[in-house]
Amino acid sequence: MAAVAKPELVRVPPTYAEITHDISATLGKPGRTYYLLLASAIVIMLWGAAALLWQVRYGLGVAGYRPPVMWGVYITTFVFWVGIAHSGTLVSAILYLFRSAWRTAVYRTAEVMTVFAVMTAGLFPLIHVGRIWYAYWLIPYPNQRQLWVNFKSPLLWDVFAVTTYFTVSATFLIVGLIPDIASVRDVASGWRKKLYSITSLAWRGTDQQWRHYTRAYLYLAALATPLVLSVHSVVSWDFAMSIVPGWHTTIFAPYFVAGAIYSGCALVITLLVPLRKVFKLERYIHEDHFENLAKLLLLTGMLVGYAYGSEYFIAWYSGNDAERSSFWFRAFGQYWWATWTMLICNGFLPLFLWFKKIRRSIPAMFVLSLFINLGMWFERFVIIVVSLSHEYEPYAMGHYTPSWVDWSILLGSFGWFFMWFLLFAKNFPMVSIAEVKEIIPMPRKERTHA
Amino acid sequence: MKRPPAGVLAAFQHVDAAASGIRQVKQQGCKDFTVYCPVPNFEILQAVGHRVSPVRLWTLIGGLTGFASGYAMTMWMSYDYPIVVGGKALGSIPPYIVIMFELTILLGALATIAGLIFHTFQTHRAAHYDPRFTNDLIGVFVPCSPERQKAVEQLLRGAGATEVRVEQ
Repeated sequence: MAAVAKPELVRVPPTYAEITHDISATLGKPGRTYYLLLASAIVIMLWGAAALLWQVRYGLGVAGYRPPVMWGVYITTFVFWVGIAHSGTLVSAILYLFRSAWRTAVYRTAEVMTVFAVMTAGLFPLIHVGRIWYAYWLIPYPNQRQLWVNFKSPLLWDVFAVTTYFTVSATFLIVGLIPDIASVRDVASGWRKKLYSITSLAWRGTDQQWRHYTRAYLYLAALATPLVLSVHSVVSWDFAMSIVPGWHTTIFAPYFVAGAIYSGCALVITLLVPLRKVFKLERYIHEDHFENLAKLLLLTGMLVGYAYGSEYFIAWYSGNDAERSSFWFRAFGQYWWATWTMLICNGFLPLFLWFKKIRRSIPAMFVLSLFINLGMWFERFVIIVVSLSHEYEPYAMGHYTPSWVDWSILLGSFGWFFMWFLLFAKNFPMVSIAEVKEIIPMPRKERTHA
Repeated sequence: MKRPPAGVLAAFQHVDAAASGIRQVKQQGCKDFTVYCPVPNFEILQAVGHRVSPVRLWTLIGGLTGFASGYAMTMWMSYDYPIVVGGKALGSIPPYIVIMFELTILLGALATIAGLIFHTFQTHRAAHYDPRFTNDLIGVFVPCSPERQKAVEQLLRGAGATEVRVEQ
């Protein structure tokens, strides 16, 4: 499993008993702030649900869709949430395969974020198609019309990519949780003891259990790893396979993957900052973790910035009038505010991460992460809405303004995400007990150089 | 739940002492002992000496099945409801690679979980347990007849066990 950590990753190494105690303590009785946050998330989610019911009752016309812009806030938000998910798998699976010790304290948060982000993303194609009750038509099943789905359509690839991603990341999360739930079970009492006795699946940490578990976990990590690259590539092909100016480009897959990891890392930081404070986990999650996440942000931010530059350069260099016009429209047309928000938040602000002082400042990282998430939502808005509103023929160009229904459902998605996240955080360990223990050598009777 | 057999349950604080205890138990010819550890520790697993888990075979078979079923499903459905567009081939492999890939991963992962559950249950032994084994102690349970209990107890204490108790 994980390699032995550099000493600074766990500054004064806690004992195994302290680790169990400190992380189990996060599952204690919630305070008023927790209930307030949870209630807020539920109210926001219900507001979004009410807007959705309104749309179901009166049809998609209540959303801001007007030809030629028939993909708006819903698809933007779908891409945003799928993107968010990616860094969770990167931290939990890829860094696991690289035996990166620093991931142990933060990967659970990232993984939980992944699962709930994909759950949120999965709602949006259903909301977008309008008649939600026909969603099962997306699945290839034998039917009386003897009709099959079109496997050549990128939209169907999405169905398979997102379903697989959700299943594999949820499985990976649950498998990783089992030893931790057993640890908590053995120190819990009351109804929690019963809950953890069931959910730990009779785990006792026997030699046979570890023998099969470590192998299974390794293979699940290996299987999840290509998904980091594939899922957002498939999402990018929803656009790149069409001939809309601004979409039809080979750079889209790597551009989307870099952007996805970038936005995901930003949300991990947004979530970790309050989490470590509220749960008193400063001993386990500290500046070194934030600095490592900041380096990931810096790398992917530079890639995203390069992709922006490359897009503009190719639009000019290609000599293609439609491409040139589309990119001119992005920067100086009706949606200039969205494009400049994206460029400033994603291209300019991450340059501050070159400074070590910023990378190690938790408040600065928190503020930066919020701006990056804002910028990444606008990136998708620019790619989708602005490109569609300015295609080839001037008579077919148009403007899209999101309605209150679009905004409410967008807001509701945050309520939905945070509701699940908060419920999980108070009932299951948000830091992996077993893996944090793993990076601390077990006590030995005889001192050796091993 | 099956009642665990009688035997000796020992708790170790030190990993090298536990590994030494396990090796001595094995030397005594005992094979059906159970070791508990809060983390997967290489020294302990080496002392126990299991072969590599067969779960990997499940992953391989699941992945290959996923790939094959992805190919079969896309090709068969394309020909079962033919829509010819621009005279192009009905069974067009490049776009189907996405489906084949996704099903490889999906069935590979699901088969891994099935393998994990199957082998964990198959190799499960009823054994006495202490809740501290998921916290900070390493446990060794050696099932044995009442006449051997004294010798096993002494052996484990000699290896460095901090607690040893006889379980009936």
